[in-house]
Amino acid sequence: MSSKTQESKMDKSEKKIRTIRVYVMGKSYDIPEGFTIMKAIEHAGYRYIRGAGCRAGFCGACATVYRKRDDYKLYTALACQTTAEEGMYLVQLPFVPANKKFYDLNLIKPTGTVMTSHYPEIARCVSCNTCAKACPQDLEVMDIIQASLRGDIEKAAQLSFDCLQCGLCTIRCPAEIAHYHVAQLDRRLYGKYILPRSKHLAETVKEVESGKYEKEMKKLTTMKLEELKTLYKNRDIETGD
Amino acid sequence: MELINGYPEYMRDMIHTVEKTRQDRIKKALKMMTLDEREAVLTHHHPDYNPATKRTVKAGVNKGDKMPHEVADLLEARSLISPDEIDLSKIDYDVDLLIIGGGGAGIVAALWANQEGVPADNILIATKLRLGDSNSMMAQGGIQAADKPNDSITRHYLDVMGGGHFENKPDLVEALVSDAPLIIKWHEDLGVMYDKEKDGTMVTIHGGGTSRKRMHSAKDYTGMEIIRVLRDEMRNKKIPILEFAPAVELIKDDKGQVAGAVLFNMETDQYYVVRAKATIITTGGFGRLHIQNFPTTNHYGATADGLVMAYRAGANLRDMDSVQYHPTGAIFPEQIVGLLITEKVRGLGAQPLNIDGELFVNPLEPRDVESAAFIRECYERNKGVETHTGLKGVWLDTPLIDIIHGKGTIEKKLSAMYRMYARFGIDMTKDPILVYPTLHYQNGGIEINADGTTKLPGLFVAGEASGGVHGKNRLMGNSVLDYNVFGRRAGIAVAKHVKKASVGKLTLEHVKDYEKTLDNEGVKTDRESPMIIPDYREKSVLSRMIDVWR
Repeated sequence: MSSKTQESKMDKSEKKIRTIRVYVMGKSYDIPEGFTIMKAIEHAGYRYIRGAGCRAGFCGACATVYRKRDDYKLYTALACQTTAEEGMYLVQLPFVPANKKFYDLNLIKPTGTVMTSHYPEIARCVSCNTCAKACPQDLEVMDIIQASLRGDIEKAAQLSFDCLQCGLCTIRCPAEIAHYHVAQLDRRLYGKYILPRSKHLAETVKEVESGKYEKEMKKLTTMKLEELKTLYKNRDIETGD
Repeated sequence: MELINGYPEYMRDMIHTVEKTRQDRIKKALKMMTLDEREAVLTHHHPDYNPATKRTVKAGVNKGDKMPHEVADLLEARSLISPDEIDLSKIDYDVDLLIIGGGGAGIVAALWANQEGVPADNILIATKLRLGDSNSMMAQGGIQAADKPNDSITRHYLDVMGGGHFENKPDLVEALVSDAPLIIKWHEDLGVMYDKEKDGTMVTIHGGGTSRKRMHSAKDYTGMEIIRVLRDEMRNKKIPILEFAPAVELIKDDKGQVAGAVLFNMETDQYYVVRAKATIITTGGFGRLHIQNFPTTNHYGATADGLVMAYRAGANLRDMDSVQYHPTGAIFPEQIVGLLITEKVRGLGAQPLNIDGELFVNPLEPRDVESAAFIRECYERNKGVETHTGLKGVWLDTPLIDIIHGKGTIEKKLSAMYRMYARFGIDMTKDPILVYPTLHYQNGGIEINADGTTKLPGLFVAGEASGGVHGKNRLMGNSVLDYNVFGRRAGIAVAKHVKKASVGKLTLEHVKDYEKTLDNEGVKTDRESPMIIPDYREKSVLSRMIDVWR
């Protein structure tokens, strides 16, 4: 196998790569060019406790705020999905102290006022769009809040589907809205009450519970290995789009 | 390096070759390999079949079993704690149920234990990162369940057994497939946004090794969507959570039961003693051990901690010789090497191609076979594509997806994949992507029974940490299913167990005993385990580290 060769070649090529200067919480470090922000910070000597999670853009643990040299703007990113650049001043969010409402989904309904009754602060939205600018997934976060405010749960659920709940919107919002908790309620209401239920699923659950497959299953689980292998080999495969 | 739409010039030329063969390939289907052909490619090219990658474990319940060196290293290691320094007379948390690990299996177990009567305040979830941080969150492609009229749980059973090379525990597979429809229904009730047709029919596709299209998805954020919902539900139930507080050893009692754990607060360095009538290990798998130096798709915390603790306490492991390499890990650009390219990409029609733009394997063989075929193409037939850093991979012809299913399919159904590549300048709707197998899943683990119990009284296990469900190879969409089915079953079993259970005098003698066993077997080492988190600091930094606080 070749994995060893692959690693050693990787090491060699890294040595040739140019370095860039980044600032981790103000301290400067020279890092090989081409690393993600996450790998750059580790290369500098940090061992993450907070600030690293899935390392693949799915969990929002590595929400990062940075500024570039000679630039007043604050930028946001996921450290694991963004290439480190010369002159970045980096800091990560260890935690977001956001307000989440507790509810029993069985006792609420997707009414026009359910969102404002749970999160009245969404009415404080000043439509500044800072939330959307902060979103590392490029979601239209302000539109999600506005849809929630109007009671358009379907729209809010669909617009927010790719939300990683990293909290960057929430930490930037002048109205102190916890967008990602608001959107979570939108999506659960949509999934439970608005999205049509699957009939074939409900029927299958009934069939399984009624014991329809018990006999056949017993036969399979106690079958001789050779017989089971033959069944497997001869099973037909569903085709077509 | 100069890039043209994300690729260097020499790769641009290679992409032209792929484009040239595309029209002729669209309708082409390669036959699945016979069982003999599969065996041949696995034997010669799958990393698991190379004996040099493993060694015989010298101590403990599985003494004599072959395991990857990286796993054996953790088992043949000292404890992180000195048992005599831990004051077991002061209990910090006294609960009915301790759950170690806050990923999918842990959350599901907590919800069901609570549902079945264990009060929220009598449950504690201790997790090493944040609640929900886990491989469960990263699952992209989907969850299997036989719930369509042309399918049945018995067909699903057959697919799972065949995929696992018939080495799965039959009763666990029966549980997995039988509970699957019920799990999807539970998710529907909780508000999970599954992909559906307008009339509510589930959108389902094939995964590698399936005989029916039974992969349910929520775009390519399936794992994230399910975890978001389950985690929200757990917070609504106000089940206590301790984050950044991994367990470092199990605690037993004088009756030989598992009775809690020693937790470590990673931010204050103090330990906590948890006494529990039942303990569920839901710590996930071992991707971050980087077996054989492979990059991994896995979460930062996937370091097999539960395996190590349970083994020291006397639980038995199984199928630990079997490692799952996912055929399609990213191999270019460098920033995302090893990250998962969901099997759904192939499920939707993308073909794996060699440097000549030829389709060389059916895109949907079981994962181990598909991976072995990629490795053969790169290193025996020498028809891989080499990156500028010297890695080799094969093309995955993603533009086919929009050609087959219509423009916009990738952006809609694979938005996570599309976004990841776009971040690095590559448009996967227009250009193919480069892939190579990546370390993905721990097929084996702590042996469980169908109700999540283990051979140790008081200890339950669910999810990737457990062994027996998937035999020697897991099929796509069965891990999300696994953590739901066995998390639920463990939660239900615990609710019954704690009604009768009583805990005796707490002890860490088993930790001392295990170290004595190591000495007796001649294992001389100062390695310590569990690992808790991997260390990616630069060598030049590590070589100049000093510890001034002690």
